[in-house]
Amino acid sequence: MFDLYGYQEIFLEGAWLTLQVALLSLVLAVVLGLVAALAKLSHSTILTSVATVYTTIIRGIPDLILMLLIFFGGQMLINDMSYKFNEWLNEVMTGYYPDHEWVSYLPDYIDVSPYFAGIVTIGFIFGAYMAETFRGAILSVDKGQLEAATAYGMNKYKRFFRVMFPQMMRHALPGLGNNWLVLLKTTALVSIIGLQDMVKIAGDASGSTQKPFTFYLFVALVFLFYTAISTSALKWAERKYSIQTR
Amino acid sequence: MTTPTLSIRNLHKSFADNEVLKGIDLEAHKGDVISILGASGSGKSTLLRCVNLLETPTSGDILVNGELIEMKQDKKRGAIPVSIKQVERIRSRLAMVFQGFNLWSHLSVIENVIEAPVHVLGIPKKEAIVKAEALLQRVGLYERKDYYPGQLSGGQQQRVAIARALAVEPEVMLFDEPTSALDPELVGEVLTVMRDLAEEGRTMLVVTHEMAFARDVSNKVLFLHQGMVEEQGKPEVIFENPSSERFKQFISTVY
Repeated sequence: MFDLYGYQEIFLEGAWLTLQVALLSLVLAVVLGLVAALAKLSHSTILTSVATVYTTIIRGIPDLILMLLIFFGGQMLINDMSYKFNEWLNEVMTGYYPDHEWVSYLPDYIDVSPYFAGIVTIGFIFGAYMAETFRGAILSVDKGQLEAATAYGMNKYKRFFRVMFPQMMRHALPGLGNNWLVLLKTTALVSIIGLQDMVKIAGDASGSTQKPFTFYLFVALVFLFYTAISTSALKWAERKYSIQTR
Repeated sequence: MTTPTLSIRNLHKSFADNEVLKGIDLEAHKGDVISILGASGSGKSTLLRCVNLLETPTSGDILVNGELIEMKQDKKRGAIPVSIKQVERIRSRLAMVFQGFNLWSHLSVIENVIEAPVHVLGIPKKEAIVKAEALLQRVGLYERKDYYPGQLSGGQQQRVAIARALAVEPEVMLFDEPTSALDPELVGEVLTVMRDLAEEGRTMLVVTHEMAFARDVSNKVLFLHQGMVEEQGKPEVIFENPSSERFKQFISTVY
C-alpha cells in the first residue's frame, strides 16, 4: 500500500514513541488535574490561588510556546539548581575539611532528555485542562452520595476514593476523552524539541527522499488510527458506566 | 438505671443568625422507637442530623452508650469535634436512612449493603456477603441483589437502604423522613419493614409525617415547634389528650 522507502521500521518505532509519550503524559495530566481540581475546590485561599494561577497561565499560552519555555527553561533551572547544590555542598565540606577540593557531586551539565521533557510539558499543559473537567465532574456528584458515606463513618480518604472518585469519573468521561484526543495530537509538537517521534521522522525522511506528502499522509493515518480506536474505547466506557445510572 | 443508648442534652443549633434548635433534650433506651413530628422548619431533620454530626451542633451534649462526643470551640468555625476519629467511630454505629435514599449509585445492591461493613468496620468480605444476602432476603429484594439502584423503584431503593443500615448492626437507626419522597403506593412496603424492625426491638429515631406510624408503632413521640419540644410522651396519651394547642392543630391538619 505504502512505499516508505525503507523507513518502515523507524516509522514503527516513532509511532510507538508517540503513543508512549501520549499515554505517560495522560497519566501525569490526570494526576495534576485531580490535584488542581481539588485545590480549586478547597477552602484554603492559598491552594485555590495557586491552582487558579496554574490553569490561567497554562490555558492562556499557546502549547508550542509553553513547550519551548518549559524545555529550555527547565534545562536552565535544573542546571542552575545542580550548580547551586554543588556549590553549597562544597562549601560545607570545606568547612569540615579545609583542604577539601571542588567536587561535582551532581553533574555540571544535565542534559534534559526530550522524551522526559515532552512528557512533563504535555502532562503539565493538559493537567490544566483536566483540572477544569474534574472540577465540573466533582461538582456534579450528588451531595447525598457523600453524605451517606459520611453517615456510615467513612473518613475523608475513603469518601474520596470509594465514592467521589468512581462517581465523578462518570461525569468526567466525556471531557476526559475529548482532552485525550487533543493531547494525542499535541504530541506532534515534541518533534520540535528533537524527539524522534513520527512527525520528526517524517520531516527527516521527506527531506532526504523529496516525498513529503507520502510521509505526512502516513503520519496522519497513524494519528487517525489512534484516535479512532480511542473514540470507540471511550464510547464503550461511557456505555458501560451509564448502565448504572439508567 | 441502665445507660441510655442515646442521650441528647440541651442541644442548640444555629445557621448564621437563625437558631433552628433551641435546647432539645432527648433520651433513647434500647428498643425505644421515637417518632419526631413537626411542621416543616420545626428543626426535626436538623435534630436528627445533629445526632451523627452531619450537622455540627452549636452547643449541647450528645452521648452514645454513655460516651460523650467531645466538642471544642474553634475561633473560625465555631464548635467542632475534638477528635474526628471518635466521630467517625460513633457514626459507624449509627445508621441513617435518608429521605432521598442516597444509595451509592455506582455500586450494585449487594455492594451497597456490604460497603460499610467491609470498608468501615473491617468485616471479611465473604462474611459480609452472607449477612447482606440474608438482610436482602428480609427486605424482600434478594432477587435484585445485582441490580443497580437506578434500576429500582423508590420503595425498593429505600428497602435496600434499610438493609444497608441493618448491615452495620447499629446501636440506633436514624430515619430521616424515609417515606416522604415515595409515591403513595410505595409507602406501605417501607413502613411494613420499619414496623418489623420496631417489633424486634431495634432502637429507632424516626423523623416522619406518617401519623399512623407515630401513633401505632412508636413508644414515644416528640413534637417540635420552632426548635423546641412542644409536646412529648407516649403516643396513646398525647394523641388522645394533647396538652399543647399547637400539637392539637398539627394533628387535625395532618389527618
